[in-house]
Order: sequence, then C-alpha cells, then structure tokens
Amino acid sequence: MAGRFSEVSQAAAIEVFAVVKAFNDDAHEKKVNLSIGAYRTDDSKPWVLPVVRETETAMAADTSLNHEYLPILGLESFSTAATKMVLGENSAVLKEGRATGIQTLSGTGALRVAADTLKHVLKYNSFYFSNPTWGNHKMIFEHAGFTETHQYRYWDAANRGLDINGMLEDLNAASANSVIILHACAHNPTGVDPTQEQWKQIADVIEAKSLFPIFDTAYQGFASGDLDKDAWAVRYFADRGFELMVTQSFAKNFGLYNERVGNLAVVVKDASVIPALRSQVTLLVRGSYSNPPNHGARVVSTVLNNPKLFEEWRTCIRTMSSRIQEMRAGLRERLEKLGTPGLWDHITSQIGMFSYSGLSAGQVKFIAEKYHIYMLSSGRINICGLTTKNIDYVAEAINDAVLNGPK
Amino acid sequence: MAVTGAKVFSLLKTNYKPLTAATSRYASLWSNVEMGPPDAILGVTEAFKKDTNPNKINLGVGAYRDDNNKPFVLPSVRKAEAIMTSKALDKEYAPISGSAEFCHAAISLAFGEGSSVLQEGRNATVQGISGTGSLRIGSAFLAKFFPIKTVWFPSPTWGNHVPIFKHVGMEVKQYRYYDPKTCGFDFNGAMEDFKNMPDGSLVLLHACAHNPTGVDPNPEQWQAMSDLLKSKKALPFFDMAYQGFASGSVDKDAFAVRKFLDDGHNILLAQSFAKNMGLYGERAGAFTVVCSDKDGAARVMSQIKILIRPLYSNPPINGARIVSTILSDAALRSEWLTDVKGMADRIISMRTQLRANLEKEGSTRNWSHITDQIGMFCFTGMTPAQVEKLTKEFSVYLTKDGRISMAGITSANVAYLAKGMHAVTK
Repeated sequence: MAGRFSEVSQAAAIEVFAVVKAFNDDAHEKKVNLSIGAYRTDDSKPWVLPVVRETETAMAADTSLNHEYLPILGLESFSTAATKMVLGENSAVLKEGRATGIQTLSGTGALRVAADTLKHVLKYNSFYFSNPTWGNHKMIFEHAGFTETHQYRYWDAANRGLDINGMLEDLNAASANSVIILHACAHNPTGVDPTQEQWKQIADVIEAKSLFPIFDTAYQGFASGDLDKDAWAVRYFADRGFELMVTQSFAKNFGLYNERVGNLAVVVKDASVIPALRSQVTLLVRGSYSNPPNHGARVVSTVLNNPKLFEEWRTCIRTMSSRIQEMRAGLRERLEKLGTPGLWDHITSQIGMFSYSGLSAGQVKFIAEKYHIYMLSSGRINICGLTTKNIDYVAEAINDAVLNGPK
Repeated sequence: MAVTGAKVFSLLKTNYKPLTAATSRYASLWSNVEMGPPDAILGVTEAFKKDTNPNKINLGVGAYRDDNNKPFVLPSVRKAEAIMTSKALDKEYAPISGSAEFCHAAISLAFGEGSSVLQEGRNATVQGISGTGSLRIGSAFLAKFFPIKTVWFPSPTWGNHVPIFKHVGMEVKQYRYYDPKTCGFDFNGAMEDFKNMPDGSLVLLHACAHNPTGVDPNPEQWQAMSDLLKSKKALPFFDMAYQGFASGSVDKDAFAVRKFLDDGHNILLAQSFAKNMGLYGERAGAFTVVCSDKDGAARVMSQIKILIRPLYSNPPINGARIVSTILSDAALRSEWLTDVKGMADRIISMRTQLRANLEKEGSTRNWSHITDQIGMFCFTGMTPAQVEKLTKEFSVYLTKDGRISMAGITSANVAYLAKGMHAVTK
C-alpha cells in the first residue's frame, strides 16, 4: 500500500556531509580529511579543551545544579558574558545599555532567530551574502521567509584575495533595509578578511544606503588567537553608531560543537526598545524550540565569568590558532619549495580554519581519487586537517594535481 | 498604539538624552515594535514570587517538584552523568538527525522493543529540541509535504501547539475534547467531530496525560477513535510528553500510540524527555514519521534533514547522551523506571490526598475528576472568579482556567490547599 508520503523524493545530500562520509568509508591508510569544519590536533584527533573538561567535572560534582528549564531567551549570565566578549568591556554601547544578548542554538540558531526576527518583526525581505559564503546562509534566510536573495562579490579568484571594488559596488546597489551578512573574521570558506581600511569603506556604503549589517562571528579568538583583534570589525561598526546584529558561535573557539552554544547580540540606538524587542523574539523562540539547552551555555558562562578559567581558555585558543598558522606556513613553504606553479602566499595571508586553495573541482576530484585526500569541490580545505605527519603528502598531492591534473 | 505611562517616560528619556552620533540621525529601527502579550503562566509565577504569605503555593509550575517542593534530578540521571564524565566523550558535531543511538532508544521506548515498524525499518526518527522542537520539525515537514494545510487540536490543548503550527502557515481547528460539565472526556463530541472532518485530515492527539486537562480516553475509547480515524484516512500526530510519568508505567502510557500502530496507522510522533527523565533544560526529544516501507523512511529522513539544517544544523548532545546511557544499560534503565514511577506515584498520591481533604472539609461537590485525571495537570473546574478569590485570599497561584499543577502540591500544603478550594467553591 502506498503511504501518504510515498511521493516524497530523496533530497540532495549536503556536500560536506557527503564528503565526510566518503572519507569515513575509505580504507586507504594515508587518507586525509580536509573537508569538515572542526579543529584537529597534530594527531588528527578532536580536542576537548582542558578548561572545558575541568569545568564539566566540577559541574558534575555540583549537586546544587539541576536540569530545570532555562528562560526562553537563555541563561542570562551566559548571554551577558558573550555579548561583552564580542563588544569589548569598554564598549560605549554596553555602558549605555544599548545591547542585548539572546542565547541560541549555536551560530546557526543565532542566524535563524536573527532572520526570523528581521523578517517577522521588522518585515525585511531582502538579504545579501558573500560570493562565496558558508553553505547554510542562503537556506537559513530563505526558510525564515526572505524572498529577495542576493549575493555580493567577494572572492577574487585571479588575485586570490578580496574583490573590494566588486563588493562595494554590489552593496551600493542594494535597496534600503537589505540585510547584509558579513563575516566578522576568518571568512568561511575563503579565509580572506577585509583590512581595517576596507572595513571602513564597507561601513560607509552600508551607512549611506541604510543597509542592515549582521556579523556572523564563528571564530572570535580562534582566528588570530586574540579576542579583541578578531572582534575589531564588529566593534568598529558598533562604535560608529550602527544598529546591527552579531551571531556568535562557541563551537570552534570552545570546541563545543555538539553542545550548540550560541548568542545573538543585538545593538540598538535606543535602549528603551530592548524590552519590546526581547518580547517579540520570545514569541518566535517559544514557537520554535521553547528554550535553549542548558549544558554548553553553563560551561561557557562558568569559564567567561571566572578570571582563572578565562585565562586558561585564552591559552587554549592561542594553542589552536597557532597550530593552524604553523600548518599554513608549512604548506605554503612546501608548495613554494616544490615549485608548484601559481602563487601560494594566499595560504598564509588567509586566516582561520579554512583556505580557498584555488584548486578546481576537477583537481579536487583528482586528489581524492589518487591520494585519498578529501576537500570540498570549491577547493576549500580545512587547515586543521593538516598535521606534521601528512603535510608533505598533501603538498605533493596538490603539486601533482596542479601539474598533471585537469584544469 | 496607546500612549502609556511607560511610553511617555521612554519618550522623555529620549528627549533628554544628549545628542550623540548614535541618536542624531534617526530613531531606532526597532522604535515601532510593540510589546508582545505577557505570558500567562510566567505572570502567575511572577505574582507568586512577590507574595510574602508564608503559606503561598505555586500551582502554575509545569515541572516536577519533590515533596519538599524542590526540583528533582533523578538518581538514574546522576548515575548516567557520572558514566558519561568517566568516558570523556568528544564534542564533535552530531549528525543532523542527532545521535543514532538516542533515536533508536527513544523510538524503541515509545513503540516497544518488538515493534514490527522498527524491525521493518519503517520509521524516520530524528532527535529534536525536546517536545517543542520535535513538533516544530513535524509541523514544518507537514507544511511542506502534507496536502491539507490544516491541523486539528483537541479543545483545549497545550498553549504552544497553536503558535508552532501557525508559524509554518497551517490553519488550526479544534475538535471537542474536554467536557466542563463532567470535568471529563467528551467522547461523543470528539467522535462526532472526527466523523465530520474532511477525509485525510491531520489530527493531533495527546498520547497520555492530556495537557492542560489531565483527561485521557480509556482503552475502549482509544480503540473506537482508532477505528473511526482509520476509516476517515486521517493522519494521527501523537504528542507524547509524559511516557512513564503519567501512570508510572511506560508501556501503559504508550498504549494509544501502540494501539494505533497495531491498527495500521502510519503515525507521526513527537516525544519529550523533559518530564519523564527530568531533563527539562537539556532539550532531549525525538520526532518520528512512520512510513509504508524502509525506502520511504529513507526519503522522508533526507527531507527532514533539509528542514533541520537551516534551523540549528544539528542538535545538542548532552541530554540525548543521558537518555541513551540510561536506556541502553539494563540496570540503569530499571533504576530509571523506578525513579519515574516514584514521580508518578507522588503525583497520584497528591491527587488522592487533595480529594480526600476536600471531602474532609465537608465539600459536597463532586471532586472525582481529581483522581480520574492523570499526569502533571488537573482541570479543577473552578471558575475564573473562584480562582481569583483563591489567589487573593489564600495566596494559591494558578491559571485562570482553573488548571493546577499537581507538582506544586506537597504533603505539607495539601490540607491548606483543600481548605482554600473548599472555601471558594462551597
């Protein structure tokens, strides 16, 4: 008997999960996974931060803690600390009470709440994302109901850098109240960030055209190792007087991927709008998941609010970001030594977990088949997948693909 | 929008603020956003907190409390957490559909280990953000793939059911359920409304411990409902938030769900582990679609993942791990069944004592519904005026509809509560 859902077709697989599956199914002893966006140690292992383990152990022993519902907008001590972390404790915005934080289901959840709020409360309908961008940006906003989908130019393939003129031109053509998704630092997937001067130009256009900026901040601290440095763009915009949103993920910088810890920080011009704004977000959240998960937020809140633990955590993020920088330097060095055709300085000028290698889809396929090294068809590689043990092998594969593979 | 005192004050504040670059150009984009309606239940709790009467009772809380009125972390949960800590598990992303181990454990608990649906692999089960999140995935899936954009709820139903389904653009209708004359189930009304529904309608059912009334159909009534809905080719969507918590028996509480499966309905199911494992804030839940075959289940699964990814990518793992740790370990599972029976028994005992105390007070009203009803909540039958009096004169806090949370009653306060209820209803 045919079921009522028998007409439901198989949905297309999401690339990154399909690539990871292919890697997992591969039995080759030298296989390398350069596709998924998670940190790995030099032994290719996931890394639970020592400060996280320490905090969880203490939490488990604390019988005063329970599993009661959090408020709909989350654990306040977490949101306050997270908002302060991105805006900076000297922020005029904070001093004037013009920011509010809402705990969310990691970065994705923050973007979704942001999109739902902008769509249903402010009635916005147009949004822009960079070309390229993280694969989920488009789906999030479209599922929230935005119907005017646009891209702004970003990646300059010829120079393997930022196409600032294209970006400014495209933003300049945007209609008022268009929501502009910006990557605060460590652009995913390219690793290319605007310079401070370029951020100023971007801000000028956004202000002139009355666009609404939203900063996707998934790598604060993780990118350069310095929390303040990585938040420079967000703080610049906030100090300049913009109303904006910041979506924060603690997946990478705390290594809490599966606990779904995120914050949506909203910066406003007039503090008195905050209660009404929060009440509307409350309605959206209640109808979606009621209240956010307790565990991960409690871990982060404990660490951010304890000076000793906070310092331990800063050491952890320096560990992660410096290993990444070492691997970048190492890969570039090897490619230059091999004399691989092309320019490779973008590998060290780019920042964060990802690098847009510049490899073509054909070359990516060549490398996967011959060397069992897995990356996304866009040429995006996760630098964390590189280790002192496999970096020679990867350099060799890239060299081979560029010399002998398809174009 | 009316100019309230608060609004005038905020306007004054704005006028007196020195002009800075931030305020000089234009007003906030958010300036015209209206304050949302206050949450009725939250309002009850807020008022309760402000009350200084030492005898005050909060009967609005939707979370279990022990006999000392304290939150209760189940011993089996603490044990599971200790095991998890010792395993030093990683924090890597869960699959979009969540932990496979959790999904299997959850749906086996609901359907029974020997369920043919599970043996045939006909279920598409995903981890959801507790019950709400599971309903949300379900409503999004139905809005996309179900031909009729209408859902039928029992009257009354959990307040949040409406916004969840309206958010995805579905129309909400109600079938008769609660009979205020008997404080019981309006079986004839429900059956008539099922009969008159268009064929192929989507019908939401509370699997056990109906929220907010506590009124459940009996097994014969469930059978009749199953037969009628089958003949109407209706699609039943079960919301099961209290399996084990209602009667103390996980199998008894799953009776309706399993009956419908046996009768051949391909149901939808939303499960929550908030109450039965006390995991409220950990957001452990599951959403399931029962399909005609394994291939259909795989296709449906792929589509559900497409809906989850732009919501939150993948679910939080902590609560799910606690659940699967408990359910996959025979000793812990057994201990958990004892814990959950303990909670159910305390609630049932409070029902018995409340009714007995009312009778002792000399009340001549029929209070049998207090013990006939089941689960966390009880629809007392008190009017809004009586509720107001109970709050004002006795500091007993509950919602206007006369709903009380049995979890707020203890052996220390049940006599006082009966005194108050009798006083306002005699």
